[in-house]
Amino acid sequence: MPFLTAGFPTIRESKDALQVAAETSDILEVGVPFSDPLADGPTIQRSTYRALENGMTVAGTLELIGSANLNRPVVLFSYLNPVLQYGVDRLLRDAADVGVAGLLLTDLPAGADVALEEIVHCSPLDLIRMVAPTSRKARIAQAVDRAQGFVYLVARLGVTGVSAELATDLGPSIERVRVATSLPIAVGFGISTPTQAIAVARLADGVVVGSALVEVLGRHGVAAAGRFLGGLRAALDSA
Amino acid sequence: MTHTLVPETSTAGRFGPYGGRYVPETLIAALDDLASLYDSMRGDTGFWDEYHQLLRDFVGRPSPLSEAPRLSALVGVRVLLKREDLNHTGAHKINNTIGQALLARRMGKRRIIAETGAGQHGVATATICARFGLECVVYMGALDVERQALNVYRMQLLGATVVPVESGTRTLKDATNEALRDWVTNVATTHYIIGSVVGPDPYPRMVRDFQSVIGQEARTQVLERVGSLPETVVACVGGGSNAIGIFAAFLPDASVGLVGVEAAGEGIGTSRHSATLTAGRPGVLHGSLSYLLQDGDGQVAPAHSVSAGLDYPGVGPEHSWLRDRGRVEYHAVDDHEALEAFRRFSELEGIIPALETAHAIAWIIKSKGRWSVDAAPVLLCVSGRGDKDVAHVASLLGPST
Repeated sequence: MPFLTAGFPTIRESKDALQVAAETSDILEVGVPFSDPLADGPTIQRSTYRALENGMTVAGTLELIGSANLNRPVVLFSYLNPVLQYGVDRLLRDAADVGVAGLLLTDLPAGADVALEEIVHCSPLDLIRMVAPTSRKARIAQAVDRAQGFVYLVARLGVTGVSAELATDLGPSIERVRVATSLPIAVGFGISTPTQAIAVARLADGVVVGSALVEVLGRHGVAAAGRFLGGLRAALDSA
Repeated sequence: MTHTLVPETSTAGRFGPYGGRYVPETLIAALDDLASLYDSMRGDTGFWDEYHQLLRDFVGRPSPLSEAPRLSALVGVRVLLKREDLNHTGAHKINNTIGQALLARRMGKRRIIAETGAGQHGVATATICARFGLECVVYMGALDVERQALNVYRMQLLGATVVPVESGTRTLKDATNEALRDWVTNVATTHYIIGSVVGPDPYPRMVRDFQSVIGQEARTQVLERVGSLPETVVACVGGGSNAIGIFAAFLPDASVGLVGVEAAGEGIGTSRHSATLTAGRPGVLHGSLSYLLQDGDGQVAPAHSVSAGLDYPGVGPEHSWLRDRGRVEYHAVDDHEALEAFRRFSELEGIIPALETAHAIAWIIKSKGRWSVDAAPVLLCVSGRGDKDVAHVASLLGPST
């Protein structure tokens, strides 16, 4: 499951990158750029600032997804404020129109705004919930209670970005979520190499690769990003 | 003095619709722990005794209530000054950092992080960390590091590590983002001392409680001195902690007018100001829903003020609620008016105020004629002293002749 920032490195290349990524992935995650990405590390931060300079907006993100004809389920990643200002109902309607399947709001943890969460839950879009290494048993139960689609498990403490090693307690973390829900579990944060992807895929149902992909895309372009994802895909298929 | 906490004005972490906890999931457990510890400390007299002992012996509280005879003559009403500038470290910020450092100690967290704009909160945090022997890391926008070299060196002298933040607008908002990123990464060992009544619950109510000592002292002092309550209480508002601190004790007194003064920067009509409550609209930043300076797409707008302490695009959620309810009036004063008040107040009263405070003073001067001669006094919160601003003001106004 690749993550890409909408509008990075340019709006044109962003569309190309989404199409290339769709060829080798099961689900695409598309990030709406936000001026204050406090859950993101330096790579995604830089990509969002660049995307904003390129004039990317919520409406532009939806337009990009629609025009790319991706033929894969798309999950929209966003901080809450751009969605609030666009209008929640309007976003859910417009996103469904361009084929978005799910919505993950980084700074809307379970229970933060129950009414808003219910609106997403009852919409055509799946309400994607996050679980963190710090989430305790009762909290995991609360987080997965209204979750739809899949559960996104944050692999380690910290912000998005490449790590040299996977968290050692990833197995037990996945197990704690597994007993709480029958939904598939995707794991993200810090996964960048085929070896790491294979290790995570043995335990989880989905592997999210974001910062490493955005880094390759920014430095070496769309074709290189496609080869990077192709390498991960091949590793996962042969494992 | 015994600490009488103000009745809680929030419900489930919200002030009306504002506040809340809009943070990444990773922080929820830490906020739950902090809130439950703080809730238990609210009724713990031992905790408050220790807090007040430090305020007395280390900070020098209670801070005095001063007359301002020449300013009073100028504006035609008696003005009384609550002297937070006389606190150790030179501003109200230390009231909060002491309270939170005590909480961190109870949680067994030995590493403290903080964000700072002008550097006053950073200095206050570094100070109490030195006193308690805690590790201290302060995030500061790279632009502010350049503008406030003196405070950077003060923090370093106090043993803190100052990390310049190069992302975004390189100011307070980005320093706050970076502090939150550190906290997400090191949450098991680290307490984040937020410097204002902003951020996710429980910070806005916790910081208010630690700052409410300002208003409690001032209310008692004014009653003793004058025999009646003030007509109006005035304070500057960036994030809004000194304002909430002095307002809290007067909220139940319906006869007392409360005025918060924001920074209009180069003018409300320009894009270069920090007047969040005057010109913003509700949005989510740094963990809470509150008024926010933002564009039509929900991107946070860069703030501007001559005063680094007011240079922030958000504001505390309790202020948003007080604004909507009409309990507090909010006005805005521009850079030019604040600089003029800075100079004027120094000459008239022998007190060099912080540039932040100068905004509140400017509003009082502008509002001459609002009060009748026999009105009860106007109470001004002198949130900090202006030593930190002298070099900056000299560069803007030129040397005195």
